Amino acid sequence: MGVEKNEFKFSKKPEVVYVDTDILLIGGGMACCGAAYEAAKWATPKGLKITMVDKAAADRSGAVAMGLSAINTYCGENDPADYVKYVRTDLMGIIREDLVYDLGRHVDNSVHLFEEWGLPVWKRDEDGSTMDGSKPAPKLAEGGKPVRSGRWQIMINGESYKVIVAEAAKKALEYNRKETGVEQNLFERVFISELIHDKNDPSKVAGAIGFSVREHKAYVFTAKTMLLACGGAVNVYRPRSTAEGQGRAWYPIWNAGTTYALAAQAGCELVLMENRFVPARFKDGYGPVGAWFLFFKCKATNSLGEDYCATNLAAANKDFGKYAEDPHKLTTAMRNHMMMIDMKAGKGPILMRTHEAMAALAETMTPKQIKHLEAEAWEDFLDMCIGQAVVWAGNNIEPEKTPSELMPTEPYLLGSHAGCAGIWVSGPGDIAGIPAEWSWGYNRMTTVDGLFTAGDGVGASGHKFSSGSHAEGRIAGKNMTAYCLDHADYKPELGRDVDEVIAEIYAPMETFAKNKDYSTDPLVNPNYIRPKMFQARLQKIMDEYVAGVATWYTTSKTMLEKGLEHLSLLKEDAEKMAAEDLHELMRAWENYHRLMAGEAHARHILFREDSRYPGYYFRADHFYVDDENWKCFTISKYDRDSKEWTLSKRDYVQVVPD
Amino acid sequence: MPSFVIKEKCDGCKGQERTACMYICPNDLMKLDVERMKAWNQEPDQCWECYNCVKICPQQAIEVRGYADFVPLGGNVIPLRGTDAIMWTIKFRNGILKRYKFPIRTTSEGSIDLYSGKPEHDYANLKKPGFFNMTEYPTI
Repeated sequence: MGVEKNEFKFSKKPEVVYVDTDILLIGGGMACCGAAYEAAKWATPKGLKITMVDKAAADRSGAVAMGLSAINTYCGENDPADYVKYVRTDLMGIIREDLVYDLGRHVDNSVHLFEEWGLPVWKRDEDGSTMDGSKPAPKLAEGGKPVRSGRWQIMINGESYKVIVAEAAKKALEYNRKETGVEQNLFERVFISELIHDKNDPSKVAGAIGFSVREHKAYVFTAKTMLLACGGAVNVYRPRSTAEGQGRAWYPIWNAGTTYALAAQAGCELVLMENRFVPARFKDGYGPVGAWFLFFKCKATNSLGEDYCATNLAAANKDFGKYAEDPHKLTTAMRNHMMMIDMKAGKGPILMRTHEAMAALAETMTPKQIKHLEAEAWEDFLDMCIGQAVVWAGNNIEPEKTPSELMPTEPYLLGSHAGCAGIWVSGPGDIAGIPAEWSWGYNRMTTVDGLFTAGDGVGASGHKFSSGSHAEGRIAGKNMTAYCLDHADYKPELGRDVDEVIAEIYAPMETFAKNKDYSTDPLVNPNYIRPKMFQARLQKIMDEYVAGVATWYTTSKTMLEKGLEHLSLLKEDAEKMAAEDLHELMRAWENYHRLMAGEAHARHILFREDSRYPGYYFRADHFYVDDENWKCFTISKYDRDSKEWTLSKRDYVQVVPD
Repeated sequence: MPSFVIKEKCDGCKGQERTACMYICPNDLMKLDVERMKAWNQEPDQCWECYNCVKICPQQAIEVRGYADFVPLGGNVIPLRGTDAIMWTIKFRNGILKRYKFPIRTTSEGSIDLYSGKPEHDYANLKKPGFFNMTEYPTI
């Protein structure tokens, strides 16, 4: 936020804590935990210091905080080249195949570590039945047979998945801390809101500044290299539930777009920011459907019992040609589109026919096996979306007796799940036939020297999920070590005045303290906007103009242009954000990051003149997929001073043959 | 389905630097009212219902009430998390009870051995694909 000069006349200036390190990990989720584990091994013997800064507690931060019921990327017996084909098909043909292949060939190593560390992985018994992960069985690395819920997915008992992964990361950090003799290298409850360039070489990143949400302390980190991996962007759009239930976002509500916002402000190139994910999930609770489809062979139909992916194929084919032709090669987006054709025709509600699926499976099973199956179905929710279990309990829904409603959610911006928005990075470099601009240096480094990303941050490379994000963090951690060793003489110096940055960061508290007594209700005051209302305004603009649920995910050039006008006024008003306490200060910055992510999204959708992801969003004025002109990457770059965005096309190159 | 704190059971994690729920909430929602020594969820509409506060509370003072804007009253879901398994009790609005127990970890907490028994890293591989413990990889 560009803010009025804050001289701390009405609020207290914070104490400033300086931390000097070599490798700074911003975030505490799967990617940063992977980076800590791998980097500690390489960097520690060289005396390089690693520091992690997390706005939450590493044990339960990031997208895996609640737990997971499956690991969605485990290649096992599959060729990573086939993984590329699967990701390419689902993401409408445009992905960085070097990055996806690289991910595919690394990911299993992380999964094997998780199991070694104590993550229970389901196994297939000799008689074909499923065993939970506590039963004695060979590990995956020893040839144990996982229980696949799809070609790439394996089932786990994942309530403590993140706790286990965090334990390894924290131990790795502790090993590095002791060896390098520093006092502290894990900072929890510190929110990073600014990245700072190097004073002597503005093409490099040199520091990160943020604040504690627990104590009145600002933190100034200097580092040779950084991993920016703070997840995707949630609640940029008005959610379907607007009261208490808005907390039940499908993706973690604390993913505030910080990765994309800080990268854009630092001058990184972003890629495919028009991409979004709109999952079709159990209505309201947003519980997972993957296991139901893949593992329980469940069918989704309209209320008449018709398979909308069959009955609407011809209609979809008329508009989207080859992308809606082969019923076995439909993308997740296209399935959404066909679902919505029926919803608009009044053939809803869309139903997941759990009762029929369980009855069909029960035909060949003993009562004991059915009981086991029922427990597995509940575990799918209890491991990763407990709220869905509460929705079923409150509505008396027993899945073996009653079907459940499905609904496409509000849009989410992300790069690790089934979406590919994010930042342009350098690839592995050993893949034949890739263009020079795909690999110019360190693997997973952004176009800003020294700044790396992973997980939701890396664009054009979706379907990594939890395991892939961990593996990608490890790739980054290893390459950050290489960067440090190659730049041994680099002494980062902050390119901005620290006092000035801190004054800006705390400005919302000054604004509140200065103006709060003007009105009798501090919530309604003409001199400022509180973060909650700021978020509501952002969500309303995004929903109504940038293809949210209000318009069935449809927009156009004229709608986007009007939406961007509203967004620019909102950006001006960000200067008047007010925060009563440190918690609200974090909300202020999170919502500013959401605004930046949302603006990037809107500008990319405007730039790309086709409906590349039908079912996720539609350009009503370009209601087709135009492979001739738009089978390419879209790249954006933000100029922080002028607030201008520059967009361009970049060639897509197919690496893995069909 | 925001979490809520049962007044009678919460002791504000007396004698500790911070409450367990404040420590763990990924979204910084739990606050301690120091005068009453009671914790509370300061932003129920930002609660993801991840249950981490419920699972960690030493007094079992935290539960979750379904989001009032779409969940009918009367049901609840309560976990009891141990060191190697978690027990869930699901109570339906109509009184049906379901209980499930699932493993959560096959090793003891704190037992992770980071690097021993694994190949030593070789700096000659630092700029190649692979990990410290994985030096062979396919390419195309």
